Amino acid sequence: MSDRTADRRKQQEATKQPRGTDGLATDRLGQFGIGVVLTLLVLAALGPVVSPYDPVEQDLSNRLESPSLSHPFGTDQLGRDVLTRLLHGARFSLGIAVAVTTVRLIMGTAVGLLAGYAGGWIDETLMRLVDTLLAFPGIVLALVIAGILGPSLVNVMLALSVVGWASYARLVRSNVLSLREREFVSAARLLGRSRTHIATRHLLPNVVAPVVVLATLDIGSVILGTAGLSFLGLGAQPPTPEWGTMLASGRSYLRQAWWLVNAPGLCIMLTVLGFNLLGDSLRDMLSPTQTAQMEEL
Amino acid sequence: MTQRNQTPDDVQSGTPVVEVQNVSKAFSSTRSVLGRLRSSDSPAKAVCDVSLAVQRGETLGLVGESGCGKSTLAKLITGQLTPDDGQVRLDGTRVGELSERSTAQRRRVGVVFQHARGSFDPRWPIGRSIAEASSDATSASLHDTGPDEVAELLCSVDLAPAIADRYPRELSGGEIQRVALARAIAHDPDIIVLDEPVSGLDMATQARVLSLLADIQQQFGVGYVFISHDLNVVRFLADRVAVMYAGELVEVGQAGDLFQSPNHPYTEALIRAIPSDDPRDPPPVPLHGAPPDPADRPEGCPFHPRCPAVTQSCQEHHPSLEEVRETHVRCLHAPEATGETDINESHTENGL
Repeated sequence: MSDRTADRRKQQEATKQPRGTDGLATDRLGQFGIGVVLTLLVLAALGPVVSPYDPVEQDLSNRLESPSLSHPFGTDQLGRDVLTRLLHGARFSLGIAVAVTTVRLIMGTAVGLLAGYAGGWIDETLMRLVDTLLAFPGIVLALVIAGILGPSLVNVMLALSVVGWASYARLVRSNVLSLREREFVSAARLLGRSRTHIATRHLLPNVVAPVVVLATLDIGSVILGTAGLSFLGLGAQPPTPEWGTMLASGRSYLRQAWWLVNAPGLCIMLTVLGFNLLGDSLRDMLSPTQTAQMEEL
Repeated sequence: MTQRNQTPDDVQSGTPVVEVQNVSKAFSSTRSVLGRLRSSDSPAKAVCDVSLAVQRGETLGLVGESGCGKSTLAKLITGQLTPDDGQVRLDGTRVGELSERSTAQRRRVGVVFQHARGSFDPRWPIGRSIAEASSDATSASLHDTGPDEVAELLCSVDLAPAIADRYPRELSGGEIQRVALARAIAHDPDIIVLDEPVSGLDMATQARVLSLLADIQQQFGVGYVFISHDLNVVRFLADRVAVMYAGELVEVGQAGDLFQSPNHPYTEALIRAIPSDDPRDPPPVPLHGAPPDPADRPEGCPFHPRCPAVTQSCQEHHPSLEEVRETHVRCLHAPEATGETDINESHTENGL
């Protein structure tokens, strides 16, 4: 008997394993996304350590030098190495993106879980708040908040966090609404388990997968938002090597030094693209197993 | 395992472990304004005035076609639904809806769901789900149930303890059904409500689960409310059988009597529809027609449009549940029934 079940289990794993890897092996775009994100992480971690230049120190004798072997992406109007500044900027962009996304995720999940499971007037109140937030164009609202709080990187993070959690709340709530009708939730209730227990032990783990997918896709838009607000002068202030700030200060030299705008611009584009592709392929990888689970019921 | 305080000796003694008295439950069909305008707004009567009792260690089989209110009745017993009328008693104490029941009261009733796989959290290993059922809900953590207890419970349903680490989707239909049973007995209930526990299984697995059910009852003295549309299965397991039609009980009696000499034409039709394994027997006779729309029940006896022995009075008078020999029958023409005398529409049934 146990032999047989062990065999069956092995068989299941054998059939399951290739499917998982197969998904990624054929998904070229997903591979590209993972590649970009991993490269970026490595560069952000090691780049600043390896680079011989300082990101902030000025070297006016070498200003606006075009790309060369010693300065692969050239130098800016104050003679700083653009590549070094980009590598430092990656730390800012990734750090901010992860921090803001985490705050959004936690806020949104908490609100969605509460609204979906409590129901009634709590649900109504919270969801009208969410509707209101979703009705605003996010970047405009963030602009207003960051404008009121004053220009700084921390304020940009605050503004972006406040703006973006609503879609998480929506997603979690709709998942909770369907989960709470499932029989395993009834079973826990019949056993006399508390609402907190059901919400945190049963509902929460079951909404993690879609939330993670949304978060991955969201990282890209947070990077874009940070860069956008910094470009407008509300975020990081010079001489901070932030991509949006670099883009803004390079703008005035567009005719003499094309690399000043193009290098950070390309970085932003590649990063956002990488995270979006990664999110897409994560979604594709997670949804077939989810539908398979649903079919089994 | 926690001590089992019922022994088979308690069987058939004292207050019934579960008793439903004259419970009714209706569902209003639509909520939308448009829906109300279109349809007549009569609520669908899923369960009408049902009274039943189950003793310790007894199996009550609940049979009937799909949609006759079996599962609704089960949910009224477990407290997932509140009866519109009537009451549910556990061990003589009246209990309300689930949120009004104490944890101790909730744990007197075990449940095996129709879709066993769906009743387990897909993200939890089986062992954790069983531990959740067996540990005391008032204690904060789930870890006070040792793996030993989970292993013991799994052994009592003929499963290897190693299964505790597996996830619901990794188990076969028969395995998950037995795990569901292990979870149902984990909190030492007085009664287990089994909603179609073997309907999705192949014959061999069915037989295995059924004999396991019989063993567990023998061992723990637990009562069963066994819901099924399969009369063969019910014949095997049930001590008493209640036949439901359109939300009403139409016949209740000892399983042997009921299968030997059914008194209600519906029961008879159900029995004649069972395919026999002896080729010399007459072929099964299907029952024609469909059960009535619960929102639009026919006048008189609800079964009269399909009844082979229908008469004029059947269309006019709603029969009550009468005692005939050892059983209770709801038919104007039941042998020895005092059918003609209760024409004044007595809706009060004597409790069973």
